[in-house]
Amino acid sequence: MDKILEVKGLSQVYGKGCDLCFTSTGAEFETNICPHCGSIVALHDLSFDLYKGEILGIMGESGSGKSTAVKCLYFDQMPYSGSAIFFDDTEQKQLFNLNPAQRRSLRNHRFGMVYQNPNLGLNFDISAGGNIAERLLMSQVMNYSEIRERARELLARTEVLTARMDELPKNFSGGMQQRVQIAKALATRPPLLLLDEVTTGLDLSVQAKILDLILEIQSELNTAMIVVTHDLGVIRLLAGRTLVMKYGRVIESGLTDQILEDPQHAYTQQLVASAL
Amino acid sequence: MSNGINFAFLDEYAKREIRRSVIKAICIPGYQVPYSSREMPMGRGFGTGGLQLTLALIGANDSLKVIDQGSDDSVNAVNLRKFVEMTCPGIDTTTRLQEATLIQSRHRIPENSLRADQILVLQVPYPDALVIVEPSEDKRKIMHSEADYSRLLVKLYEDIVKFDEITISHRYPTRINGHYIIDPSPIPRYDVPKLHNSNALILFGAGREKKIYAVPPHCSAEPLAFDDVPFRVENFTDSHGERRACKQCGSRESFLDEFIDEQGERVYQCSDSDYCEQQQELARG
Repeated sequence: MDKILEVKGLSQVYGKGCDLCFTSTGAEFETNICPHCGSIVALHDLSFDLYKGEILGIMGESGSGKSTAVKCLYFDQMPYSGSAIFFDDTEQKQLFNLNPAQRRSLRNHRFGMVYQNPNLGLNFDISAGGNIAERLLMSQVMNYSEIRERARELLARTEVLTARMDELPKNFSGGMQQRVQIAKALATRPPLLLLDEVTTGLDLSVQAKILDLILEIQSELNTAMIVVTHDLGVIRLLAGRTLVMKYGRVIESGLTDQILEDPQHAYTQQLVASAL
Repeated sequence: MSNGINFAFLDEYAKREIRRSVIKAICIPGYQVPYSSREMPMGRGFGTGGLQLTLALIGANDSLKVIDQGSDDSVNAVNLRKFVEMTCPGIDTTTRLQEATLIQSRHRIPENSLRADQILVLQVPYPDALVIVEPSEDKRKIMHSEADYSRLLVKLYEDIVKFDEITISHRYPTRINGHYIIDPSPIPRYDVPKLHNSNALILFGAGREKKIYAVPPHCSAEPLAFDDVPFRVENFTDSHGERRACKQCGSRESFLDEFIDEQGERVYQCSDSDYCEQQQELARG
């Protein structure tokens, strides 16, 4: 299997940070606020490999550092320390050593991101088709009819009525906005898709449709994905491998079935037991 | 000077700073060079940016032409010309394009092509084409440096979706030398192609926004468009499909202004008054 992403020792600290931050926070201290300097250790020593076409789940409670991890990988913020290598066909790219233009180009061409809140991923002042056009225009597709055609195709693929492609996304329901967001993320056929709580806050039937869509995309385009969620059902359905996080640390990792059937860490046991 | 005002109103340091900014603007075509726009004895928005450029560039052997809305006789043009005549003893002013070495203009680029020894100064109200999509100047600067203009293109896309054509009538975003996109001041689309490969140096001065930028001679200037929806200029054909002519000089090649005459009829006339007069002189022989 081809590796697509290799993350090593990724850490993120909010605040000025001190030498004792990492040794005095974490699951055993039951906190992620450093008692010495008051900084928040949002993420510490996250390492994993991701392979082509694989779906990796990151599970954990609110504030455990799941979203921070994907935001660092999508350059929404720069990490405190750590490295990540993106294997782009034949090239290897050290994500955090790139200049802003190279980062933007990776974001636009090779990565896709779907946020929990469609507000972050979509521009609500332009039409659904315009949102998709924006991503295509970023990657130098300069032909109007080709852009229209691709946008229509993508919206049809994500089951948004193509008759509504020229409407503003704020007129859409939450589930539809989320599908437009997925269509936008897929516009450049990225090899890596980051999904941050994509089904949170949607009703069950819409959730099921979106999860189906994600699985279809994975099998069709062989897209590697990182799925961040606190929903065990989503992890069970989508992810082959899972990381469980708490207080910014990975406390358990392995095959999803194994983690859900035979959890080792006390927190994971509690989490699995508390699932309805 | 006897009345205590320096030649060309500005002090020599101010002129030097503007000239340095002009040189930088020429070296990086389309890049908006910030400068410390001086207080002028007229309101910002009345062409202070263009005027400061003119005053910094004008010298004893120069001949200045000032145009406003294509005409040499409109209030703004007359006032600016009088101001320069007052503060720059020894220079000439003219209304004939061919006699001018320095041309300050608002809204129009003259119909006849410029020569290599002429400089065109345009007054600019809003220098940044990205202002319609991004309110933060910090972010706009990053977007310019990375040539990230996709959001501007989305604006064109949305226009075509809604109206079947690009509806920008003036200030048409134009890419200079393959990188920076400029707001070419409120010139009509008709004049945008004149920026491309121009013989003369074209300078843009925004007084209120404190920016100077340039399109150097023989530099590429491409209006933004899609591959299959090309840029097009204003269309002056009437209902019979015939190109309208100027009622004064009969030219069918100029940018026309529309008027309603005393009988309530629509009439068309050259917007460039100097060009119109020269065409009439030619006809008279």
